[in-house]
Amino acid sequence: MKYTTALLGAVSAFGIATMAFGAAHEGPRGRDGDVKIIYWQAPSIMNPYLSGGTKELEAASLVIEPLARYDQDGNLMPWLAESVPTVENGGVNADGTQITWVLKEGLVWSDGSPVTSEDVKFSWEYCTAEGGGCAQAEKYLDVTAVDTPDDRTVVVTFGVGKPFPYGPFVGAQAPIIQKAQFADCLGPKAPECTDANFNPIGTGPFTVTEFRPNDVITLAANENYREEGKPAFATVTFKGGGDATAAGRSVLETGEFDYAWNLQLAPDVIAQMEAAGKGMTVSAFGTSVERIMVNQTNPDPALGDERATAAHPHPFLTDIAVRQALSMAIDRALLTEIGYGPAGTPTCNVLPAPAIYASMANDGCLVQDIAGANALLDGAGIVDTDGDGVREKDGVPLKLLYQTSTNAVRQDYQALIKQWWSEIGVETELRNISASVFFGSDPGSPDTFQKFFADVEMYTNNFDGTDPEAYMANWTCDQAPRPETQWQGNNMPRYCDAAYDDLAAQMAQTSGLEARAALAKQMNDMLMQNYIMLPLTHRGRVSAHSNTLGGVVLNVWDSELWNIADWYRADG
Amino acid sequence: MTDQTTQAQAQAYEDRPPRNQWLDVWDQFKTHKGALVGLAFFIFIILGVTIGPLIWTIDATYIDIRARNEGPSLAHPFGTDQLGRDTLARMIAGGQTSIAVGLTAMALALFLGTLIGVTAGFSKKLDGPLMRFTDLFLALPLLPLLLVIIMLFRDRLRATFGPEEGIFILIVVVIGITSWMNTARIVRGDVLALKEREFVLAARSIGTPARRMVTRHILPNVMSPIMVSATLGIANAIITESALSFLGLGFPSDFPTWGRLLFDATDWLQQHPERVMWPGLAISLTVLSVNYIGDGLRDALDPRIRGR
Repeated sequence: MKYTTALLGAVSAFGIATMAFGAAHEGPRGRDGDVKIIYWQAPSIMNPYLSGGTKELEAASLVIEPLARYDQDGNLMPWLAESVPTVENGGVNADGTQITWVLKEGLVWSDGSPVTSEDVKFSWEYCTAEGGGCAQAEKYLDVTAVDTPDDRTVVVTFGVGKPFPYGPFVGAQAPIIQKAQFADCLGPKAPECTDANFNPIGTGPFTVTEFRPNDVITLAANENYREEGKPAFATVTFKGGGDATAAGRSVLETGEFDYAWNLQLAPDVIAQMEAAGKGMTVSAFGTSVERIMVNQTNPDPALGDERATAAHPHPFLTDIAVRQALSMAIDRALLTEIGYGPAGTPTCNVLPAPAIYASMANDGCLVQDIAGANALLDGAGIVDTDGDGVREKDGVPLKLLYQTSTNAVRQDYQALIKQWWSEIGVETELRNISASVFFGSDPGSPDTFQKFFADVEMYTNNFDGTDPEAYMANWTCDQAPRPETQWQGNNMPRYCDAAYDDLAAQMAQTSGLEARAALAKQMNDMLMQNYIMLPLTHRGRVSAHSNTLGGVVLNVWDSELWNIADWYRADG
Repeated sequence: MTDQTTQAQAQAYEDRPPRNQWLDVWDQFKTHKGALVGLAFFIFIILGVTIGPLIWTIDATYIDIRARNEGPSLAHPFGTDQLGRDTLARMIAGGQTSIAVGLTAMALALFLGTLIGVTAGFSKKLDGPLMRFTDLFLALPLLPLLLVIIMLFRDRLRATFGPEEGIFILIVVVIGITSWMNTARIVRGDVLALKEREFVLAARSIGTPARRMVTRHILPNVMSPIMVSATLGIANAIITESALSFLGLGFPSDFPTWGRLLFDATDWLQQHPERVMWPGLAISLTVLSVNYIGDGLRDALDPRIRGR
């Protein structure tokens, strides 16, 4: 009885507090009680350096933070640092070999001890320690030294000039960890420090109270968080596991949870859930593009070990007229509407975002033109000579094997595209392969997307962060998967053009955002106007939050929970 | 008077033309109501998938995107799917494949099972090795085996027979060689029992050679278990093919089979439950009807039950 009264008192106190501050979404820390988050993939660790998984990155981002991170538009914003160093403000030296970060004043860890530049340096040492197998090592690529002239200054030196020096300590993949806690966990010992890995001391808005791997994480507000009155929630219940349907339902239909991550569901299914009125979806566009890769090499099994290598050019897909006709016959808007609804937009670029990199030069492909495609093929002398409805080029009929991973939306895409291609006299055979095999990169399997033993294949690719240099370098000659590379590499179409390689080399040496953007656009246009890839849909991320949860800003460039300190309970 | 009647009756009985054995089987079969209904349904399905396409001429793979997600109507009695393909046409086309796979795989399994069962039962020397061989096959996990076989032979068969026929042959062969074991065991058991019967002894004593013994005396007597396992085999093959399609293996994704239709429809379970129902009903009713036919055949083919 007494307990109940006390509870009621507490509730009414909360009520009053919410009334007083609710309108402005400001008030004392922890005023809004508990927020429940569901991820349909369950985190198994809270240390992003030991896991490449998105789920772990995002869970950890509640607790540990980087020096700078990307906002919802893909712009860098200072986080633990005072400002983002640039060449203009003197933070980055002219040749891009050194970047100087300055920590915010008065930063403390959740245990009350001060955050110093030593901790930042240690984060680098931790990830690059001998025998550690750090999952984020590429973030620290080419770093030769991290110096700490004083408690708040960190100087990162690179072995080569970095036109884009924002790898180390930037983004959810490279947060700052506490030296005192992880000092004994270097290298091979890293996975053994269960306590530290499950319950890292951080600077973020929450601290872990209980971590159950692959299940539930409970967190409480960090009493030493640097901003007064934040976070609004006293506790977080972070539930992992299940599937996207169940997660979507628990937020949109039943309202058991406040936030559900990454709902990869058919648009009709989401719309029906949303109709229950308990929550709403938010979507944002990153760099993911569903595209068709056009094989430039001959995948004929009769060629044995040399199939799908540069030794044997494709009999008809090396003809640009064929590739262009294939592209013209596709109605990208219809595909996108059926497959992704509001979570997709039709696109004509493999590099559709961030905005400064997006080219406008190829938008003609958005309109389907079957008559034009037929005319193009007729003009190129690729006609149906034997009357079977399939065109021939030099006696080889235009028959394609079109492979992709097993996924309902992809199979719908395949069926539609097959019909359009049949209207321009191209016969298509469809094949779908289990995603774990298709993307499995196993050199022993003939069905991987790298081996590409088909004429065209379809999948989605994107790049981390906002800088497209590495991504655009995917289509240089030496990136082609081939037996010598154990079939690894990113240039699936086996496109090879010296001019493109030159542009890629040039980009690696060019600094300055505008110049880099111009180069990236030029490379994108080159790929698009050669129809080496046929981009179809620019795919967005869809998450859902309850109507009573305010302050959510979906960010596809960083952790989705990047601004959880600003979340609050709204009147639903 | 009474004598005359009895005599006349006896006379009439002797004068009656000799009855065909299969007519007796049919008479017995007719008394099993479930089997009759099952047979009628099975014939209906077979006619539906063979003559159906001549009556319902919509192409099963034709996409009419404006008519997508429609419910049952006169233009589309079973509705349309998410791309506007006609569900009835897809059911008919899917049934052709599923039934063809079922019948062919059953025939293959039956042939293998009977051959191995009769050989093992009849020959003392081969009994042990053949039965251990059967155990070996029983222990093989079907799905991983299928995955390996499909990966190994797909490209070669595709090059030789084309994508659809190649996969058809592959699936039929794979189902056939992985489902003959039960038939073999049942047949062997029956052959072992028959071998000791007096009529076999009599046949042997007059010097009947082994080959003739099998074809003349053993095989006709194990017909009834073979027929029953045949009907069960059809059901089994249809279900295995459905499972393969359900897993996204086997036929190309735009090539409808009942299993594939079911697989595609599960995503739409909540919005359009009828899409799951049609292929689901077709599979389960076909399997059920075939099972009933098997049940009726077992009774009808057994001379001890027949006529009672």
